[in-house]
Amino acid sequence: MENFLQQLLNGVTWGGIYALIALGYTMVYGVLRLINFAHGDVYMVGAMTGYYAAHALGFAAQPSLAGLLVTLAAAMLACGVLGAVIERVAYRPLRLRGAGRLAPLITAIGVSLLLENAGQLVFGADPKFFPALLESRELVRVGGIALSNVQAVVLVTTLALMATLEFVVMRTRFGRAIRAVSFDGQAAALMGVPVDRVVMGTFVLGSALAAAAGILVGLSNPKIDPLMGIMPGIKAFVAAVLGGIGNIPGAMVGGLLLGVVETLVSGYLSSTYRDAIAFVVLIAILLYRPTGLFGTPQTEKV
Amino acid sequence: MAGRTPFHSSWAAARAGLLGCGLALLGLGSGCGQEGGEGPPGAREPIRIGHFASLTGDTATFGQSTDRGIRMAIEEINARGGALGRPLELISEDDRSITEEARTAAQKLLQRDQVTALLGEVASSRSLAAAPEAQRAGIPMISPASTNPKVTEVGSYVFRTCFIDPFQGAVMARFAREELKAKRVAILFDFKQDYSVGLADFFRKTFTELGGEIVADERYTSGDIEFRAQLTTIRAASPDAVFVPGYYTEVGLIAKQARELGLTVPLLGGDGWDSAKTLEIGGSAVEGYYFSNHYAADSDSPKVQDFVKRYRDKHGEAPDAMAALGYDAAGILADALVRAGDVQGAKLRDAIAATRDYDGVTGKISIDENRNARKDAVVLKIEGGRFRFYRSVPAS
Repeated sequence: MENFLQQLLNGVTWGGIYALIALGYTMVYGVLRLINFAHGDVYMVGAMTGYYAAHALGFAAQPSLAGLLVTLAAAMLACGVLGAVIERVAYRPLRLRGAGRLAPLITAIGVSLLLENAGQLVFGADPKFFPALLESRELVRVGGIALSNVQAVVLVTTLALMATLEFVVMRTRFGRAIRAVSFDGQAAALMGVPVDRVVMGTFVLGSALAAAAGILVGLSNPKIDPLMGIMPGIKAFVAAVLGGIGNIPGAMVGGLLLGVVETLVSGYLSSTYRDAIAFVVLIAILLYRPTGLFGTPQTEKV
Repeated sequence: MAGRTPFHSSWAAARAGLLGCGLALLGLGSGCGQEGGEGPPGAREPIRIGHFASLTGDTATFGQSTDRGIRMAIEEINARGGALGRPLELISEDDRSITEEARTAAQKLLQRDQVTALLGEVASSRSLAAAPEAQRAGIPMISPASTNPKVTEVGSYVFRTCFIDPFQGAVMARFAREELKAKRVAILFDFKQDYSVGLADFFRKTFTELGGEIVADERYTSGDIEFRAQLTTIRAASPDAVFVPGYYTEVGLIAKQARELGLTVPLLGGDGWDSAKTLEIGGSAVEGYYFSNHYAADSDSPKVQDFVKRYRDKHGEAPDAMAALGYDAAGILADALVRAGDVQGAKLRDAIAATRDYDGVTGKISIDENRNARKDAVVLKIEGGRFRFYRSVPAS
């Protein structure tokens, strides 16, 4: 039982990372019906920015919680800008020219490859080791369940970011605009919602969350490299679909669920089957609920 | 063929070339294309040695260290006048730590550069991928550091200058059982790497023969960064020690996450741990752990200390075992070239096979009938952020 709870804790912490990335996929899908395949690579850029920022600002040598927060903010800011640039350069021109849904998908793949290869040129292909901004130690132990301070920071940051996002989307003017565009872009435009700015804002938000995920991974699993975004990118996309793509709570739950399933499979069966079983679970859920756990069936707009 | 002087033949050299070709056709088959197609070798034309290595990627320090070791050996050999009166020229090719790329890199060296011999790799999976190419071309290949037995089983042209995993696995199993008095040991290995799978197997075998029990047998995949699930399962089995025969990238992360979960029993490993990166990633989490290795940089042997000093002067850090093995592999190759008196593949092969008691920095090296090196192993302990010599284990 203790071990099961420990595994759950491991799974939720790991799944929180997927959830943060999944939010970016789901928000962009919500407003544009576009799968932004470059999103996993934005997460990589987030981790890399954090690595360089922490070294440049001296936090790598002198770890502190404040240093961690500054690093986190720097990475989120940088990736927010990157998200805006990607949207402006790779997606908006196509959208304004009325390209279908396939063309932006291809540019998304192009941006993804660009980031991966530019990353190998700029950062080098070798793995880097994220500075220990927090000296890891056991924080609390209840019976056999250990929670390290790193895991605690990952969990708290994930939850805080999700709560902030929930607040922004549900309680602010900008959030209302996002929901309006997501509900019906054309109608929103007619009502005077600045659709382009809302779309860009959505990219900024999603990319900042991906950057946060990159920093948190750097903290708890400190190996980063230019191709680190590929697998988590796919997994987070799966998590978003699992939760019902376009649905924010769905992405959170989908991410956490995927993390827990992966951990339980690795812990109780074998990590050899980790990905296979995770994807079988996905297929099983989609067979019962084709729109995902929280998705609502959509009638095609004509 | 950039960098090669074309046809500047003297009659004698041409005749020697033809004679060499004829001999090869008569007796030993392949190897004629090399010299025949290019015209006879000039007296000072370099002998090309190819090195395929992981100069970048997940196990970049392995390739970089090996390359530095080989380069240092070749510079010293050339300073002494080279081999067969010709200088040696090293051509290195990066395989980016990717198994399939190792084969491509070896092909490039064999076909484009027409090398006389191949050196490489450290990772057994990558040596295994490239070895069939060397065998087919009839060009000797020496792996400096691949310890999985299958590597040299590929064929008669494939050698190694390190011990093999049945020995290394037994060394650590005996160490766990006899030195640490461990009865219950858990294993966590990388099932994508032949090296790790093999070493785990040999450890398991010897450890159970010695009356120990394997209480958990967990696996991971190269490139993984999250090991908490497997470590929680291992923790539940309450082992006395954990054997982690992986490569340094993952080992540091595993050690960190183990400590966070409150798993404090010693971690044991093999030569895949030997990289400064283990200390960089693992930090205080790898303190007090042990691994088997090819040599100890803090050994008091004058030969080792001399090598360490020259390497440190050049690169600013102590050579790890991969650098030392690269140095010895190049040394053995040059020694064999001189004894063969020829660059022709089959003759060179026979000369390498006849290596006896070569006095290397990683010990006295003899090549046995299976083209493996017989030599001692050492156990290192991580103490005070350094690898320290703990004990030495003679070749069985």
